[in-house]
Amino acid sequence: MYEGVVQDLIDELGRLPGVGPKSAQRIAFHILQADPADVRRLTHVLAEVKDKVRFCTVCGNVAQAERCRVCQDPRRDPAVICVVEEPKDVVAIERTREFRGRYHILGGAISPIEGVGPDDLRIRELLARLADGTVTELILATDPNLEGEATATYLARMVKPMGLKVTRLASGLPVGGDLEYADEVTLGRAFEGRRLLDV
Amino acid sequence: MHVSHLSLADFRSYARVEVPLDPGVTTFIGSNGQGKTNLVEAIGYLATLSSHRVAADAPLVRLGADRAVIRAAITHGERQQLIEFEINPGKANRARINRSSQVRPRDVLGILRTVLFAPEDLALIKGDPSERRRFLDELIIVRSPRMAGVRQDYDRVLKQRNTLLKSAALARRHGGRRGAPTTTKSIEADLSTLDVWDQHLARTGAELLTQRHALIAALQPLTDKAYEQLAPGGGPVGLDYRGSAGDSPHHGVPGTFGASREQLYELLLGALADARKQEIERGVTLVGPHRDDLLLKLGELPAKGYASHGESWSLALALRLASYDLLRAEGESGEGGEPVLILDDVFAELDTRRRDRLAELVAPGEQVLVTAAVDEDVPGVLTGARCTVYNGRVERT
Repeated sequence: MYEGVVQDLIDELGRLPGVGPKSAQRIAFHILQADPADVRRLTHVLAEVKDKVRFCTVCGNVAQAERCRVCQDPRRDPAVICVVEEPKDVVAIERTREFRGRYHILGGAISPIEGVGPDDLRIRELLARLADGTVTELILATDPNLEGEATATYLARMVKPMGLKVTRLASGLPVGGDLEYADEVTLGRAFEGRRLLDV
Repeated sequence: MHVSHLSLADFRSYARVEVPLDPGVTTFIGSNGQGKTNLVEAIGYLATLSSHRVAADAPLVRLGADRAVIRAAITHGERQQLIEFEINPGKANRARINRSSQVRPRDVLGILRTVLFAPEDLALIKGDPSERRRFLDELIIVRSPRMAGVRQDYDRVLKQRNTLLKSAALARRHGGRRGAPTTTKSIEADLSTLDVWDQHLARTGAELLTQRHALIAALQPLTDKAYEQLAPGGGPVGLDYRGSAGDSPHHGVPGTFGASREQLYELLLGALADARKQEIERGVTLVGPHRDDLLLKLGELPAKGYASHGESWSLALALRLASYDLLRAEGESGEGGEPVLILDDVFAELDTRRRDRLAELVAPGEQVLVTAAVDEDVPGVLTGARCTVYNGRVERT
């Protein structure tokens, strides 16, 4: 145990995701030894992030204004919505530069163990967006784990009566890798999702 | 296949031990509490990623140490593979194969195949259904390591679904009381996701069931044969699956045992729908592979409750011998190889006749590892290397 504020700092850092007690201690001492200007900059952005960043009223992504950049952009196709769990998933998909539609961020996945039910996710907002008929395709891009699959299944069932096209991202082999290193589940899925090769 | 070297660090009573091993029979002799079983337990752990003695990992780590390490060299024909497994109780375990970078612990499954006989096996006959489910599922995973993932997924879906049912059951009870906050709306929303969990439970459950049915069909004749060899004229042995969804060869819906995966999926979905009201009342999943049992019969009578102590022993041994036969037969055609046989303290439990029969049956195995308190317990047919185990030291004699 350290004295007073140093221990407080370690405790606070230790509450962050992915930071264990040892890392918390290392970061705390790094901050203690750092240049005061650097630390001031850090405290400034920490304060600012809570004040300035808002969530887009349409898709739920992090935004600086009422609507996020994607939702403001008239070139993005309003007929296709890609549903993801977290804002960081949007960043990942944007990096591909393949997707020109809009997003919808759920804020997590259904998981009774963690006390997350459909009411805790932004599902009602999604249904509201689908109501006016502009959207023709819904891409379900929740994580390929059990909770993500369950959430995707749930959404697919919910929107089924609306008669729009519902797709799920394919799971399969990593590009540039060796087949022999793929685990059985991924390889099995890749077999299930194989497609005709047009030549 | 055989284990050509075993090395332990902070595992059970051992701070450090190196044990070179040869094919054929090796007997570890030592008084109680000297660490014989710990050696074979470590080998069994690498094959199943669980101990045959305890459910949790914590007791496997030497008192005062943070983690235990098991290293084993497995020789399979010309090929040698090195498994290194670090047990970190409360944290993620770590595994390496052939000094590679870290792999998922699950990837270790399938490299070493073992069949382990132990005094605990008596629970297969006399114990709870969970013992028999564990027997089936462990063997399924040895036959097809991919199933470890399916099993994990099933357990996870089950846990999610049970949590959902439990909270619904709780809310229902409190919702009826005056002054309690009305949560009816969220109960409805929660229950609307139940259909989704049903679907996932049925999907993973059907995969597990298909494998269990196939395993039982393969084990049935082998167990009967092994029992006849151990206790002539005592059979026949019956293996009867009691599925909570009605998938039983004799007692459930006719024709559901051995059905296709799609049929079992539908069967499970239907059974879940039928049980839903009751499940919500009790707050727990009542249908699925986790509620099933394997009914073992001698002649017309169930072994549990009817078989004598000796008969129970013979039947437990017959199940293990059948597993060995099955894995050996598959190993010849596939890439598995002959499993390593481990007999942990079993001879002391048996009468002379059963002892000799068992010894004759296992003696030709590629590698047979035996533990015993005294030399006299081990039948003469099992000639081979002897090691004495005393106070955490293993010495070849």
